[in-house]
Amino acid sequence: MKSNDSLMILALAAALAVAPFFIYPVFLMKVLCFALFACAFNLLIGYVGLLSFGHAMFFGFAAYVSGYTVKTWGFPTEIGILAGMLVSAALGLVAGLIAIRRQGIYFAMVTLALAQMVFFFCVQAKFTGGEDGIQSIPRRALFGVIDIRNDFTLYYVVLAIFLAGFLVIYRTIHSPFGQVLKAIRENEPRAISLGYKVDNYKLLAFVLSAALSGLAGATKAIVFQLATLTDVTWQMSGEVVLMTLVGGMGTVLGPFVGAAIIIAMQNYLAQFGEWVLVIQGVIFVTTVMLFRRGVVGEIGAYLAKARGTAKE
Amino acid sequence: MNTTEDSIVETRGLTKEFRGFRAVNDVNLKVRRGSIHALIGPNGAGKTTCFNLITKFLQPTSGAIFFKGRDITRTAPADVARLGLVRSFQISATFPNLNLVENVRIALQRPLGNSFHFWRPESTLSSLDGRALELLDAVGLSEYAGLTAVELPYGRKRALEIATTLALDPELLLLDEPMAGMAREDISRVSALIRKISQNRTILMVEHNMSVVADLCDQITVLARGEVLAEGSYSVVSRNPAVIEAYMGTGQGSAESAGQSSGNANGGTHG
Ligand SMILES: Nc1ncnc2c1ncn2[C@@H]1O[C@H](COP(=O)(O)OP(=O)(O)OP(=O)(O)O)[C@@H](O)[C@H]1O
Ligand SMILES: [Mg+2]
Repeated sequence: MKSNDSLMILALAAALAVAPFFIYPVFLMKVLCFALFACAFNLLIGYVGLLSFGHAMFFGFAAYVSGYTVKTWGFPTEIGILAGMLVSAALGLVAGLIAIRRQGIYFAMVTLALAQMVFFFCVQAKFTGGEDGIQSIPRRALFGVIDIRNDFTLYYVVLAIFLAGFLVIYRTIHSPFGQVLKAIRENEPRAISLGYKVDNYKLLAFVLSAALSGLAGATKAIVFQLATLTDVTWQMSGEVVLMTLVGGMGTVLGPFVGAAIIIAMQNYLAQFGEWVLVIQGVIFVTTVMLFRRGVVGEIGAYLAKARGTAKE
Repeated sequence: MNTTEDSIVETRGLTKEFRGFRAVNDVNLKVRRGSIHALIGPNGAGKTTCFNLITKFLQPTSGAIFFKGRDITRTAPADVARLGLVRSFQISATFPNLNLVENVRIALQRPLGNSFHFWRPESTLSSLDGRALELLDAVGLSEYAGLTAVELPYGRKRALEIATTLALDPELLLLDEPMAGMAREDISRVSALIRKISQNRTILMVEHNMSVVADLCDQITVLARGEVLAEGSYSVVSRNPAVIEAYMGTGQGSAESAGQSSGNANGGTHG
């Protein structure tokens, strides 16, 4: 691991470890779930250059799966979360096989269409509980021993899940596989001409991203003891795009920062009702127009520039 | 197998239509193993399209392509590369935000078989750094190894592209205008490089610079409007009236290069 990055990640982990002493843990858990979701999404857009506009299908469907298996089938919590993640990975494989050959905007449109199919399936299917969703999902003791009914304890479980997912993504980006992904993002025809079957690489990245989005959604269902249609809507797919762009796509910490900003806004501006959407829209437009690289990307560029001028 | 023994690549009746327009029309091309073969012709003649067809980046409308006696007409482009037929691009193709060592390593990495290993650290690739540096050194880029590709001047990018291509140790190299946009000293450096790497492989190249073609190439195929106009050694082709006509007929820039070509004809026949 690059020493700069490992310092940054350690600092983040340390800050998150003490955070619940200052900030409401349920809010923090929400941030962590969405941050993991955004990090998983960023693996695709930031490192493969694929814009998926249907990632809610992995996030939201995994929430249903973990909620249903834990509540109705009596799965232990950890198995329920794992089930949500695996189902999302499988869904990712199917969606990926259909979408991966399309380029650019067509890829986004195909993923959106597939996500809408999943949405309608969730509306129709019995097990999702329709408009009510799946409610009061039990917080069964983790591994049979760790009591997670207490928000404070659960927070550390969620933090562990987030960090695990985050490290998987970090490793993926900095692996032999990640090198090929970057090559494909930088110059796809060239990668092909060097003998890489780029579709296979994109597909694996897509499945990894889907699985980790599923992990995030499944965890969220346990935290809020609730799985609803909200998490499979196209608006949710848009929200994760927003978080990633605001934070800075293709940066390690950007999606986390973006998720924190958007969730905080939604929480603290909730009193303004529908206006939250307008404010989000304004932020989105401002980011796209003025801070192309997102918050983290801009700070990184500023620091790099400062370092550059310091050297001269 | 019914191709001639000594040709490494052969096309038969190769044709490509773009919405009714024939960019490549019934081209029968044979490239002799071990030669440096030039594909020349005025702008829009269909040279790049031919390259795209041979490397399977485009699917031919009709015709067949054989590589080492094997029909590759339906083969996927990545598989063509794996067979040992590797191309460069007319517009320099590097991985701009990767550094030079990483650029070359991408090519070296695939045969290692760990390219799907997302759980391994990047450091598993460092065993390739030595070979990557050797290749960079061979094209005169070792002092720039730490830079990212985007920071290189144009001529050096082409050299990096050649180093990356060579990393695959291809049997047949397709170079699309490797000298385009280069300064004079870069041209002679890359010429020398191409001559050097041609020792144990075959090269098919598109090149507009006639003195380079005269100097380097054993065999020349002239394309015009998608069709083969002439074929042979430089001295034969450059005297062909149809060839002179084709170059004259396409305006100032090409007329100049045709003039340049006849000026260099003697130089070409020395060797
Ligand atoms: N994808 C495409 N769609 C439609 N027409 C194309 C396409 N690619 C090439 N053409 C046309 O085919 C003809 C041949 O193009 P090509 O690029 O092969 O020429 P070239 O010989 O490489 O020329 P240059 O010396 O300018 O590179 C041109 O008229 C071009 O406009
Ligand atoms: Mg061309």
